[in-house]
Amino acid sequence: MVCPCFWGRGVSRRTLILVALAIVACALPFIVSNYRTFQLTLVLVYAIALLGLNILTGYNGQISLGHGAFYALGAYCTAILMDRWGVPYWATIPVAGAVCLVAGFLFGLPALRLEGLYLALATFALGVAMPQLLKYHLLEKWTGGVQGIVIMKPSPPLGLPLNPDQWLYFFTLAIAAVMFILGYNLIRGRTGRALVAIRDQHIAAEAMGIHNALYKSLAFGVSAMFTGVAGALGAVAVQFVAPDSFNIFLSIVFLVGIVVGGLASISGALYGALFIQFVPNIADEISKAAPWAIFGVFMIGFVYLMPTGVAGAVRLITSRRRAS
Amino acid sequence: MKALLVGVMAAALAAPAAAQKKYDTGANDKEIKIGNTNPYSGPASAYGQIGKAIAAYFKMVNDQGGVNGRKIDFVSYDDSYSPPKTVEMARKLVEQDQVLFLFQTLGTPSNTAIHKYMNTMKVPQLNVATGATKWNDPKNFKWTMGWQPNYQTEGRIYAKHIMATRPNAKVGILYQNDDYGKDYLKGMEDGFGAQASKYIVAKVSYEVSDPTVDSQIVQLQASGADTFFNITTPKFAAQAIRKAYDIGWKPVQYLNNVSISVGSVLTPAGLDKSVGLITAAYLKEPTDARWANDKGLEPFRAFMKKYMPDANIADNFNIYGYTVGTTLVAALKQCGDDLTRENVMRQAANLKSLRIDTLLPGILITTTPSDYAPIEAVQLQRFNGKQWELFGDVMTSQ
Amino acid sequence: MDAFIAQVLSGLATGGIYASVALALVMIYQATHLVNFAQGELAMFCTYIAWAMIDAGFPYWAAFAATMVLAFVIGVAIERLVIRPVEGSSVLAVVVVFIGLLVIFNSLAGWIFTYTIKPFPSPFPAQPLFGNRYLSSHELGAIGVTLVVLFLLYVFFRFTPLGLAMRAAAQNPESSRLVGIRVGWMLALGWGLAAAIGSIAGMMVAPIVYLDPNMMGGVLLYAFAAALVGGIDNPMGAVIGGFIVGVLENVLGAFVIGNELKLSVALVIIIGVLLVKPSGFFGRVHVTRV
Repeated sequence: MVCPCFWGRGVSRRTLILVALAIVACALPFIVSNYRTFQLTLVLVYAIALLGLNILTGYNGQISLGHGAFYALGAYCTAILMDRWGVPYWATIPVAGAVCLVAGFLFGLPALRLEGLYLALATFALGVAMPQLLKYHLLEKWTGGVQGIVIMKPSPPLGLPLNPDQWLYFFTLAIAAVMFILGYNLIRGRTGRALVAIRDQHIAAEAMGIHNALYKSLAFGVSAMFTGVAGALGAVAVQFVAPDSFNIFLSIVFLVGIVVGGLASISGALYGALFIQFVPNIADEISKAAPWAIFGVFMIGFVYLMPTGVAGAVRLITSRRRAS
Repeated sequence: MKALLVGVMAAALAAPAAAQKKYDTGANDKEIKIGNTNPYSGPASAYGQIGKAIAAYFKMVNDQGGVNGRKIDFVSYDDSYSPPKTVEMARKLVEQDQVLFLFQTLGTPSNTAIHKYMNTMKVPQLNVATGATKWNDPKNFKWTMGWQPNYQTEGRIYAKHIMATRPNAKVGILYQNDDYGKDYLKGMEDGFGAQASKYIVAKVSYEVSDPTVDSQIVQLQASGADTFFNITTPKFAAQAIRKAYDIGWKPVQYLNNVSISVGSVLTPAGLDKSVGLITAAYLKEPTDARWANDKGLEPFRAFMKKYMPDANIADNFNIYGYTVGTTLVAALKQCGDDLTRENVMRQAANLKSLRIDTLLPGILITTTPSDYAPIEAVQLQRFNGKQWELFGDVMTSQ
Repeated sequence: MDAFIAQVLSGLATGGIYASVALALVMIYQATHLVNFAQGELAMFCTYIAWAMIDAGFPYWAAFAATMVLAFVIGVAIERLVIRPVEGSSVLAVVVVFIGLLVIFNSLAGWIFTYTIKPFPSPFPAQPLFGNRYLSSHELGAIGVTLVVLFLLYVFFRFTPLGLAMRAAAQNPESSRLVGIRVGWMLALGWGLAAAIGSIAGMMVAPIVYLDPNMMGGVLLYAFAAALVGGIDNPMGAVIGGFIVGVLENVLGAFVIGNELKLSVALVIIIGVLLVKPSGFFGRVHVTRV
């Protein structure tokens, strides 16, 4: 559908939505309290992480129950660089991304031989073992062991009339925009089609000339990179890293996020992030006693009732309206 | 006559000043809003019982008229023992719910995560529920205060006791591989000082996710240790005590204070297997036969019956919550009508030999502006198969 | 040397725990070709049911039997109501449902029964056999029970028509339907049996590790490792795998890498087996036809 506009060229509906979203996103920190801005920063962080997981699991069909480990890796990269070597916070983000890209690729190589449930099992083991690895006493000099590492809050660059929370939000927003554009181009292009082909018909894909092994490992690497960048941003936002924050439940939360948000969907990452950030707070109000049970019910409910997630439901509603 | 007039005028002028009310956000004529985070879900959810006990205690206080006529509004959020969540909930409490202060936030990493924030925002982080040593630092972190005897103090006391009673002891240590375990370990190592390597022959850790610590106990026995410092949480403490007995290892065993409950730890382990255990305590243990008829515990038992009828009185988190709640109420009462954050902190740092009957006899709560450790005294006690027997004097780490 | 033997025997004891849970995992796999992430929590929940009965005054064996039956019913119910709708869809949907069940059972147990540990009685005598110091009577008894269950399973699958039907239904659902096997009910039966075996595992494990909602959390990963080592579709392999994993974990933890990396041992075992010999040491190799 094309809207008339003043440039003489058609502006698609999607572009309008994106522009509106961008305007809202930029205005929010000035309208809501600092606390909400902080929460929205976390939403952006989770959105990047979920996009990463979605590339691997949604588009490429490789199930990962251990993505919390890559999030942790990114977070610790930032913390160690900032705390031990005094690297400025913005410079740590690309480093965290690069480290996780390599780590993910290296993990993806042996993972090539694992299918479906077995890969889920292997990544589950990674997710469970991660906190213990982070606490390992030989690494304590860098990781701070169980005490964790405290990070200084970045302040806005000179001259900008923003408070630290707002500045952090915009910084995260900018990086999120970059990551989402990156993800979008990846998915829309040949790589994305190859990933989906591998997911749906991997034997046929191989037969057609797609180098399965390379793409699958790359998918792991890229996915880890996204989640690692998210971890780095998350560490800066929270200003603290400790091993026990990165346990198996974090990986499970990410899984919930992409299922609820919508598998194989870029907007799904955003919906999922909103879900995993705000629903535990709501569940807490319903029943202090069993918040995870409610989480679990939501998980299963979405699998039954909305298997394409919120993103799929939105697509369905908008396409129906367009048709009518 | 003139003097009398001046006197009366002075009194008239002074009275309104004394009755002047000062509030910060979170306090008013009717209520005091207090914030808290506890792990009600996730792997550390056993500790969430403390939050429940405190909530029930404040309910009782409110039913009895509140503090200086004000009701306590206790807002407690779940942080799943995850520091990022603690940061989020703390910010919510301070910035959105506008509480007067935070009380008994639980967990060392959780409190570390919000340490700087609370002090930057100048909001009291009172009586944190962790035994780490770093909360007693009024010079650098004037808004943060602990409550329980810190773990390192306890470890040091055990070390000193070993050095005094059995100078040739060989000590084996089992510790949980997290901040709590390592803090105790450091305490004992510091207590031995330069002789640590002479005394400590084995240090073995375990993870909360380990199914059993049986392998670790076997390792400790193999090390030749004849003294055992058992730094474990209740479930693993019971396993360790039982396994040591079963494999015929009979060290002199020091059990950390977190796991001293007769009902929750020693009974599952086996009372006969727990004979000879030494621990340092500061709270009375309600299921211990020695306090069965104690008058001082009657209000607590009545409280449990009325306000927490489904809870297990043997779970020492309940008496812990009751006692720390009582401490806070005492400090708040001292605040009178000046409920600014500054004054709350000032009064919390101004408790003079406060005596609470759920504490062991001889243990008093004292704070000063340079001493932010409310409880520093403990007393050693030994288990005789039926109850804990206090021995020696009330000790401090000095 | 004595220390080494002690660790090996202690490893056999813990291995017995892993073996019993691994049996339940293999059971589900044989019936449905699925790896059930929620197996541990389900077993724990059933153990709590047993505890509640014993606490209310039931004698031990009555509670034991009743729990097995209840566990069976719960397993069948889960398969029919919860798993059935997603059976045909992607592996991911199934995994998500399993994880959902895992968190639901875990938090329900914590909510209903609180997090204070509860002692669970053992049907075996308190004195160790022959006065030995290495293995308590319960630990030996638990290993014995696991072996009995293993034997019964073996007989069931090998020699009974029902067992054959179950294996067929898992292997080749379409052809099984053609021969008249009610595939749906076979799957439900498999779940019920697995839940019952899991409950036995839970009731054997609880006296050793004490009953609390997170009791099975640590065990699950090792049980997975055990099942993989032995071959995910081979009950006897799972049991042997359990002992291997238990001993390895103890011995490596005590003498080689330290206790701080025990979970990593499980991780390495899992990944190692999956890469090198995915069918396990005793399992069958599957070939997929295009």
